[in-house]
Amino acid sequence: MTASQRTTIVASLLLVGCMLASVVLLRRVDQMRTMATLDEVLYITSPKTLKRLSLGYEGLMADIYWTRAVQYFGRKHHQHSKHYDLLATLLEISTQLDPQLLVAYQFGATFLAPQPPNGAGMPEKAIQLIEYGIRNNPNDWHLYYELGFIYYTDKKDYAGALEAFERGSRVPDAHPFMKLLAAQMAQHAGELQTARMLWLTTYQTTQDKQIRANAIAHLRALQVDEDVTNLQRAVTQYGEKTGHLPPSFSAMVAAGVVSRIPVDPDGHAYKLMPDGRIEVRMPDDFPFIEKGLPPGYTPPQPKLPPSD
Amino acid sequence: MSGRIVHIASNTFREAVRDRVLYNLIAFALLLSGAAILVGEISIDIEKLVVINLGLTAVSLFGIVIAIFIGIGLVSKEIERRTLYTVLSRPVRRWEFIVGKFFGLAGTLLVNTFFMAIGVFAALLYVAHRFHMPDAWILVALYFIVLQFLIICALALLFSSFSSPLLSAVFAFSLFVIGSFAEDLRGFAGMAHGLSRWLATGAAYLVPNFSALNVISSVAHERPVAGPLILYNTAYALTYAAVALCGAVLIFEHRDLK
Amino acid sequence: MLAIEILGLEKTYSVGFWRKRPKHALRPLRLAVEEGEIFGFLGPNGAGKTTTLKLLMGLVFPTSGSARILGKEWTDPAVKAQIGFLPEQPYFYDYLTARELLEYYGQLSGMSEKERGPKVEAMLGRVGLHDVGGVQLRKFSKGMLQRVGIAQAILHDPKVVFLDEPMSGLDPMGRREVRDLIEQLKREGKTVFFSTHILSDAEALCDRVAIIHLGELRGVGAVAELTSSIHGKVEIVWQGTHVPESLKNLGECHVTGDTVRAVIAEENQEVAVEALRREKLRLVSLVPVRASLEDYFVQKLKQVDKMQGVIA
Repeated sequence: MTASQRTTIVASLLLVGCMLASVVLLRRVDQMRTMATLDEVLYITSPKTLKRLSLGYEGLMADIYWTRAVQYFGRKHHQHSKHYDLLATLLEISTQLDPQLLVAYQFGATFLAPQPPNGAGMPEKAIQLIEYGIRNNPNDWHLYYELGFIYYTDKKDYAGALEAFERGSRVPDAHPFMKLLAAQMAQHAGELQTARMLWLTTYQTTQDKQIRANAIAHLRALQVDEDVTNLQRAVTQYGEKTGHLPPSFSAMVAAGVVSRIPVDPDGHAYKLMPDGRIEVRMPDDFPFIEKGLPPGYTPPQPKLPPSD
Repeated sequence: MSGRIVHIASNTFREAVRDRVLYNLIAFALLLSGAAILVGEISIDIEKLVVINLGLTAVSLFGIVIAIFIGIGLVSKEIERRTLYTVLSRPVRRWEFIVGKFFGLAGTLLVNTFFMAIGVFAALLYVAHRFHMPDAWILVALYFIVLQFLIICALALLFSSFSSPLLSAVFAFSLFVIGSFAEDLRGFAGMAHGLSRWLATGAAYLVPNFSALNVISSVAHERPVAGPLILYNTAYALTYAAVALCGAVLIFEHRDLK
Repeated sequence: MLAIEILGLEKTYSVGFWRKRPKHALRPLRLAVEEGEIFGFLGPNGAGKTTTLKLLMGLVFPTSGSARILGKEWTDPAVKAQIGFLPEQPYFYDYLTARELLEYYGQLSGMSEKERGPKVEAMLGRVGLHDVGGVQLRKFSKGMLQRVGIAQAILHDPKVVFLDEPMSGLDPMGRREVRDLIEQLKREGKTVFFSTHILSDAEALCDRVAIIHLGELRGVGAVAELTSSIHGKVEIVWQGTHVPESLKNLGECHVTGDTVRAVIAEENQEVAVEALRREKLRLVSLVPVRASLEDYFVQKLKQVDKMQGVIA
């Protein structure tokens, strides 16, 4: 073997070894600095300063902050955290650096407004964020939609929702749904049908994976709520007809109060309790349901202790 | 063997010093003293913060620029002037040349950083009038900056072992910028799907991780740096520099010096 | 033992960015240089001289073939301690003084500190740079740099010295000095292998030469051997001012006073003498003109170009 060949072999082995070692070490460093990218937010909270620091590359900087916001939420959500202190700041910075970053407004509406652990529980901040977005993108109906959505779902402020949907429906090229939603708000706000329509629209008008998953979870929950409501009504009808509680779903079908035995979106049958209540079989699989829960039900405990 | 590496390294150092590389210290001193005086005029509360932030950032940027601009010429200049031919016609192995050049450049930067560090502490003393314990973390930040330099030196050598000086400078500088956002890059990679996720993750682990080596703002806020982080960062920087250096050796070992 | 033995070294580069074409920088070359010889490696610019030297120094890698230097495989690191090399038009490190540069090369050659000091001083004296040993090289003239280059090549007392165009770019005095240095090296028993495109240098110095053109060896041998192998010319002088018609085409005729002088090819000698006799002109002298290396060189290159013309 010549000296040159020896050098080649040693250098190659060293290269591969050190490369593997560097990746392992990097993972350790990453573990030690899970929230490290957010340190900056603690020091520089002013979007104006950041704008200056980004040396004219605001678009790129906005994308970076947007990624940080999504990661921050994702990690916190995974820990079932009840505190999302930095989420509003991160979104604010992203959108001020790039006011046309629509996905950031959408994300804000979906995750900033709802109560923990599903969101940061800051509907006021979310409304501020969307209003800022509307000022900068007055011709995008999506933003009015998000605004109405927050008023309707999180604030239960139907007048506010009506106004938002109406403003949005006047925008050129607005989705026809906007007029419909405005009408629904005016007629009978608070119905399952309206909520379904809202979540369906959310699902259809976004590409963001996390937002879509969230919309599907809500749609599934609405389905369960509707099923439970219908079944509960059928139990009452059965009682009026026969004078006692139904022993089983098949008895209810025989009595003609329901047409078939209903199943939840996962294909499991509902439970008919001896006291006539309807319960869902796997409450843990439906995080947003309000009906069909066993008495005293608490959502699953976080797998990790919250870090803050 | 080791003797020749030392000779090549010290010759590289001597050339850099005589080529007036250390003159950058004058610009650095002017910048820092100007800032110290100016900041004192504007606000009392954050003057220390600004001096540390500005001082350490300047140390880092000055060093990076020097590392890149000397590093990219280390090999190509020796080929252009045919000095490499006379060196390699002696009992000097090609890998010894590369390793010697690396240590020469690293030594130059180390000396440069030493003087700059004195400048930073002097400016700090000027605005704060005395030192106190948390200021010791500045030394850790400076140490991390030196680790950054080691990586950049090795990368500049790697690029200069096969491409032109201008391209090498572009490559090295882009890697520095990308590496400064390495953690965000891994965040981006995590959001991708399928094949692109694999590629992005691979790329994200391949670029140097300068973000973990930048603790300037945290130190400026007097936050301590975790001991294990110092350890792992050291190990990481050394292995990464070794990777780049091995790459440079492998390319250079088989290159025709036309 | 042979000092240098080139065993079919060949180098082909691929050129072109998109469509790679092979470019033969050096066709398989076989050459042997005796120990103690001054060997000239001749050829026009771009003939493959520098490529050959770079191959021997291990700076570029051959497409095929190998070489032996002082009986060892040429890539053997042990060989490097016994050879010296001066590249073409070296610049060296601008910010070093001549003394520091030689010190550095001494270190790299593995000379001990004790050995180095006196050697460096002696070498500075030998190449006539003792007075400027402390001056930075960027202030040196081209001739001085060339002398520093030769000093570094022979500093560690190598057995074989390779010089690439050692005389190019020097004034007549400088060339003379370099020639003297090379002759000294021979007297010290060293082997000198140098490339040049200046034929008079080779003619004056070399024991043997090799001629290379377009990457191919065209001839090798002692200078006298080579020049005698080609058809020479004769100088013919006769009395009078008249030039016979038949002689006018054979060569240029100069009339000086009452004699005429013409240089014609050797093979036309008979024809010319016959013509003079016919015209009753008196022949004064007829002497062969010794062929120079240049004649040989020109003839060899013409042959090649002609051959290539036929092929084309």
